[in-house]
Amino acid sequence: MSAPARTPAGAPGHLTGPAGGGIGTDAQRPDGTLKVRGEFAYGSDLWMEDMLWGVTLRSPHPYARIRSIDVGPALAVPGVHAVLTSDDVPGAKAYGLELADQPVLAVDVVRYQGEPVALVAADHPETARAAAARIVVDYEVWEPVTDAIAALGHPRWNAVHEDDAEVTELSRESAHLHPEGNLVRHLKVRTGDPSPTADVVVVNTYEVGMQDQAFLGPESGLAVPAEDGGVELYVATQWLHVDQRQICSALGLPPEQVRLTLAGVGGAFGGREDLSMHVHACLLALRTGRPVKMSYNREESFFGHVHRHPATMRYEHGATRDGDLVYVKAEIYFDGGAYASSTPAVVGNGGTMGIGPYVVPNVHVDCYGAYTNNPPCGAMRGFGSVQTAFAYESQMDALAAALGMDPVELRCRNAMEQGSTAITGQVIDSPAPVVELLRRLEAMPMPDAAPDDLRHMPGGVSNTTHGEGVRRGVGYAVSYKNVAFSEGFDDYSTARVRLEVVGGEPVATVHTAAAEVGQGLVTVEQQIARTELGVDRVVVHPKDTQVGSAGSTSASRQTYVTGGAVKAACEAVRGQVLARAAELTGRPVGELRLFDGAVVGEGLELPLAEVLGDDAVEETLEWRHRPTEAIDPETGQGFAHVQYAFSAHRAVVDVDTELGLVKVVEMACTQDVGKAINPQAVIGQIQGGTAQGLGLAVMEEILIRDGKVQNPSFTDYLIPTILDMPPMRIEVLEYADPHAPYGLRGVGEAPNISSGPAVLAAIRQATGLPLTRVPVRPEHLTGT
Amino acid sequence: MDADITLTVDGAQQRLTVDTRTTLLDALRERIGNTSPKKGCDHGQCGACTVLLDGDRALSCLALAVAHDGAEITTADGLAADGELHPVQQAFLERDAFQCGYCTPGQVCSAVGVLDEVRRGWPSHASQDLTADPELSHDEVAERMSGNLCRCGAYANIVPAVRQAGGVQA
Repeated sequence: MSAPARTPAGAPGHLTGPAGGGIGTDAQRPDGTLKVRGEFAYGSDLWMEDMLWGVTLRSPHPYARIRSIDVGPALAVPGVHAVLTSDDVPGAKAYGLELADQPVLAVDVVRYQGEPVALVAADHPETARAAAARIVVDYEVWEPVTDAIAALGHPRWNAVHEDDAEVTELSRESAHLHPEGNLVRHLKVRTGDPSPTADVVVVNTYEVGMQDQAFLGPESGLAVPAEDGGVELYVATQWLHVDQRQICSALGLPPEQVRLTLAGVGGAFGGREDLSMHVHACLLALRTGRPVKMSYNREESFFGHVHRHPATMRYEHGATRDGDLVYVKAEIYFDGGAYASSTPAVVGNGGTMGIGPYVVPNVHVDCYGAYTNNPPCGAMRGFGSVQTAFAYESQMDALAAALGMDPVELRCRNAMEQGSTAITGQVIDSPAPVVELLRRLEAMPMPDAAPDDLRHMPGGVSNTTHGEGVRRGVGYAVSYKNVAFSEGFDDYSTARVRLEVVGGEPVATVHTAAAEVGQGLVTVEQQIARTELGVDRVVVHPKDTQVGSAGSTSASRQTYVTGGAVKAACEAVRGQVLARAAELTGRPVGELRLFDGAVVGEGLELPLAEVLGDDAVEETLEWRHRPTEAIDPETGQGFAHVQYAFSAHRAVVDVDTELGLVKVVEMACTQDVGKAINPQAVIGQIQGGTAQGLGLAVMEEILIRDGKVQNPSFTDYLIPTILDMPPMRIEVLEYADPHAPYGLRGVGEAPNISSGPAVLAAIRQATGLPLTRVPVRPEHLTGT
Repeated sequence: MDADITLTVDGAQQRLTVDTRTTLLDALRERIGNTSPKKGCDHGQCGACTVLLDGDRALSCLALAVAHDGAEITTADGLAADGELHPVQQAFLERDAFQCGYCTPGQVCSAVGVLDEVRRGWPSHASQDLTADPELSHDEVAERMSGNLCRCGAYANIVPAVRQAGGVQA
């Protein structure tokens, strides 16, 4: 079988970028020219001459038993090549990142609206859609479980799942699916005095709505049947090898027969860590013997991936009259929806990060993840920490108000620093400049007062106010997020690096399976190779499963972990090259280094062409960060996290208190990144994370009623436009983490966490309202 | 019902027979094989499918191909047809005005349209004086680019990229 006619540019077809640019420079991305021309082939752009189109029939009900499925009418449609149901899944019927509890295609019961029930392959997408509509599914509709807290109180007869799920090797901790109820995970943190008392106590309950990743490039891929009975899948994803493992299980094929290549990824933000169309396209391709393309439309995309967990959180903070935190008690409920996805790990983060970057002697946290019949929730940028940050930062403001203290002062007074003990008992053993981040924000100039021009007021060009009810507010918030996978997960990446001379010019090739999703990892891989090998020309090999796993593009981990792997592989290659040069020159290796395409030493410059000749030096190795460990199930104590990221935001807003309209006037952000490998890309991550946090604060929510999604479109689910994003002030700090490659710190998630709570705090200051729910809607501000 | 139409896409004439319900976007992507314009929503909400239609920017997902028989269409790919990037594309590269790049071909076509509209003196909601030639200010660019979503949040770099391409030193 030939490769696709229109191949993924981030995949087959090597990427070579402009020369020059090691670590610490604003090296340009190698895929940039392709992207500005629209030549970069995303999953949805793939095409083969003889391909079929696959579509998915999804459940209209959030909870129902399937009495019967009649595929006959669909098969009778001319142009239809296959119609599949769960009976056609040859291997394991269920998959999942941590717990294999999600059916490839519904088996007897559907547990959320949009659950895949059947598949159709046809020669035209509209034919496939029309045929899918003819499949007759007889449902016995049940009343859905839609409240996470209620779900945990329900007796067994109303359990969403009746059977225990198989715990996969991928489980990031020792969580079990409890067959007796709807509990996915309960995490406990217990430190200090179990019954503390304090001078001043604030208690509040907070809610965070369900956010969508809303990547612009919908779930898409192309499965091509192979001559060996296996399948090649070109797909937009975040973690090729975890996909491969789950696909193999469902297809009943060994890994050698399921080969994945990364297609261009149009944004991910966590929403591509779980499978979507992967197994479905492979099933259809293997059944029909033809390449099958699947590409969701926008509405289907809202049903086709997991979302950010909605959360309900009750917090109690106690402090001395001077403002020293004495205790924090928190009960955190994450609604995991119908299937586990990464809920256990989200609970892990939510709980262990649950009080923020503060030092508190007495802590009592209960963090729960529950099954309901709402859409499944899993990874999204910030992963459990986004939700809790809204609560703990709101609590810090409430406590400051109760104490009559400045909110920044209160934070600084209680902030953790290097050497502090986190609530897991873990000593923070790298820089934690929380106070500096806040103080730098305070020192930044404030934006000008609201101008008279009506167009600059909330409501913009709608001319909804002359400014009578417009009030300005300023708010601060800090984020705190673990970088990379935690709680004992074997978190590694694999890199293959080759150095050779081609046409007289030294060329390094970097091959990893780490997904480029827009963040610029391919640039970072080139930069590291340039720095370590002293060559300009670095080719990034297509991302595929022909090399070992790189782990997930999530948890702000790829620059750290895959960056670490590339660095280590380059060092191994360099060692070999220098050893050859030492042999050639008689100089000790210790006196030689690679620079500008040559081996250099005192009075020596030996071109690589002379050292290597026609040989290529290649090394492949796995690289791990220092291990973490599982936390104690009763106390939450343990070395759970390898690294922490910190950022802080100051938000300035104008609020029309009469109409409930919010205009964010300015966002300022400070973040410690350890070492900015690509400063320009770091700024991009801060801007993007800030935008998504702002979105959750004031506009983004998937509205669910009785388990059904009310707004699966960009008309009704709003994401920030260019007019919603205010000017930003950004300061990047570089305090090296001695444990990390180059001292770097993961960047992508932290600004997504502190942005929203700062906006909320600013709105609260402008209005004087308590505001315990995000996104804030106009009716929350007007009381109507 | 089918109809025979002719489109000139990125300078090349294309004759094709389309179902009359076919959007211009689908005609470009699925029939002509030009995947430069992207399908982000197919409902005119995101702007990723923006092309230049007889010189003006248009959402190709909201246009029926049959309604534009004889039209000249330029995609982001066609803007760089002779191998040289268009100044807008070059500015997007230099200003790091994208991450995943999915919205970028639409952003680029939209920006080319914006610069042309400003050159022609078309006012916008953000114009200070509706009768004077608009200036390529931050507010003008942001207002005019507001139909193109970028989920990666590269907005802060898109505005300076468009201004730079329009000759403003920012």
